[in-house]
Amino acid sequence: MSTVTTSRSIKVTINGTTYEREVEARKLLIHFIRDDLDLTGSHIGCDTGNCGACSVIVDGSLVKSCMLLAVQADGATVETVEGLAHGDELNKLQQAFKDHHALQCGYCTPGMLMSATALLRANPHPSEDEIKKGLQGNICRCTGYWNIFEAVKAASE
Amino acid sequence: MLLREVGYARPGSLGEAIELLAADDGARALAGGQTLINVMKARAGSPDALIDLAGIEELKGIELRADGTLEIGAMATYTELVESSEARARPIIGEVCAQIADVQVRNRGTIGGNLCTSDPTNHLPPLMAALGAQMTIAGAGGERTVPASEFFLGVYMTAVGVGEVLTKITVPAGRSDGFAAVTLGVEGTCIASAAASVNGGVTIALGCVDAVPVVLHPGSVDEDAVREAVRDANLDPPSDVHAPSSYRKHLAEVLAVRAVNQARS
Ligand SMILES: Cc1cc2nc3c(=O)[nH]c(=O)nc-3n(C[C@H](O)[C@H](O)[C@H](O)COP(=O)(O)OP(=O)(O)OC[C@H]3O[C@@H](n4cnc5c(N)ncnc54)[C@H](O)[C@@H]3O)c2cc1C
Ligand code: FES
Ligand code: FES
Repeated sequence: MSTVTTSRSIKVTINGTTYEREVEARKLLIHFIRDDLDLTGSHIGCDTGNCGACSVIVDGSLVKSCMLLAVQADGATVETVEGLAHGDELNKLQQAFKDHHALQCGYCTPGMLMSATALLRANPHPSEDEIKKGLQGNICRCTGYWNIFEAVKAASE
Repeated sequence: MLLREVGYARPGSLGEAIELLAADDGARALAGGQTLINVMKARAGSPDALIDLAGIEELKGIELRADGTLEIGAMATYTELVESSEARARPIIGEVCAQIADVQVRNRGTIGGNLCTSDPTNHLPPLMAALGAQMTIAGAGGERTVPASEFFLGVYMTAVGVGEVLTKITVPAGRSDGFAAVTLGVEGTCIASAAASVNGGVTIALGCVDAVPVVLHPGSVDEDAVREAVRDANLDPPSDVHAPSSYRKHLAEVLAVRAVNQARS
């Protein structure tokens, strides 16, 4: 019989490293990632599930980590923006963001990159509409989206 | 946002979940969390304990029976409903689920959570009402089945009582369905919505115009009959920042016609 507890020990593998930590049940996954593990690449924009800055991939599925408790991710494999580059070398998608000037302040970028990563993994050659639909959950206040769209398109070619 | 302190359990069976939910009337089921976590952040609700349904196999899966009936586990996500070949037996379900919010919300949000929220702006309550779905609810006393028309009791209120879990949604066979909505931005929150099913008789369910879906049975699929049925319902929709009552009332009529036209095409 499982019991109700206000904290529990969880085991989460993030970008290949397995972390075991005691967390409070009320802790959001984004806070676990940023505050407990100091992986501050994933951002908190709205904290209401609207902006997508906190997007990460959990067991292969793109989610907003401000809309998930850390305890819900117990046993999961998580990918964050820190896992994209190969050492100091940007991956193809990140390089495309750089080449196409797909960021200004950069606040939305980690979420955009994770959404685009999930999109291109499921659909390596998306149509223009599919790119737009794949990024629908991510808000950017700076770029007008066009260069982000161009970058994802370039990375898919 | 730091949530108020809360307990958490992840039972492995439905029986355990029901026991945990019944043991504390401050306990709430946690499905995709795409509404509940926000409710907790806003302190609009502060459950004492969250009973996570994610580990319960009985609540998962989408099955198509030989007679065309679809049995959808309450924990089926929108993404699963969009991708499921079984769910294609009733194509409108995947079509509507693909319009809800965005990839991230669709990957987590569940049909059971959508229905149990009973938010008048949600997509699935009017759809399930139009399709004539049956909801199976399990509790300590066993199982009961409630038709969609009796499931929604008010804003955020359903037939699911304390200590109970919505386990599955049964959708009868049929194909001629439609859905139309005016939303905030592309695929945003509904300002008004209408679902229609023309399998035998004509059933329309209107969303966002009352606390629960308004179900109508016009005499035929003709535009005049549909408009008349909506007018005869004497709707008195709420006004808010997105639309005054009169505009929602107008939209209900227009969207009912569009949904019926899609269903008969
Ligand atoms: C940015 C954003 C945009 C959205 N836009 C839309 C939209 O346009 N249209 C739309 O329809 N929805 C929208 N939603 C809401 C979303 O669809 C939610 O997923 C849904 O309302 C709740 O489903 P859930 O699985 O996340 O449930 P949860 O949030 O986990 O639960 C919701 C409620 O239902 C109860 N519950 C859940 N499952 C069960 C069960 N099996 N038995 C008993 N009780 C249960 C919970 O206790 C809770 O009270 C949006 C959400 C977000 C964050
Ligand atoms: S911070 Fe999570 S969606 Fe905005
Ligand atoms: S680059 Fe500033 S929010 Fe997108």
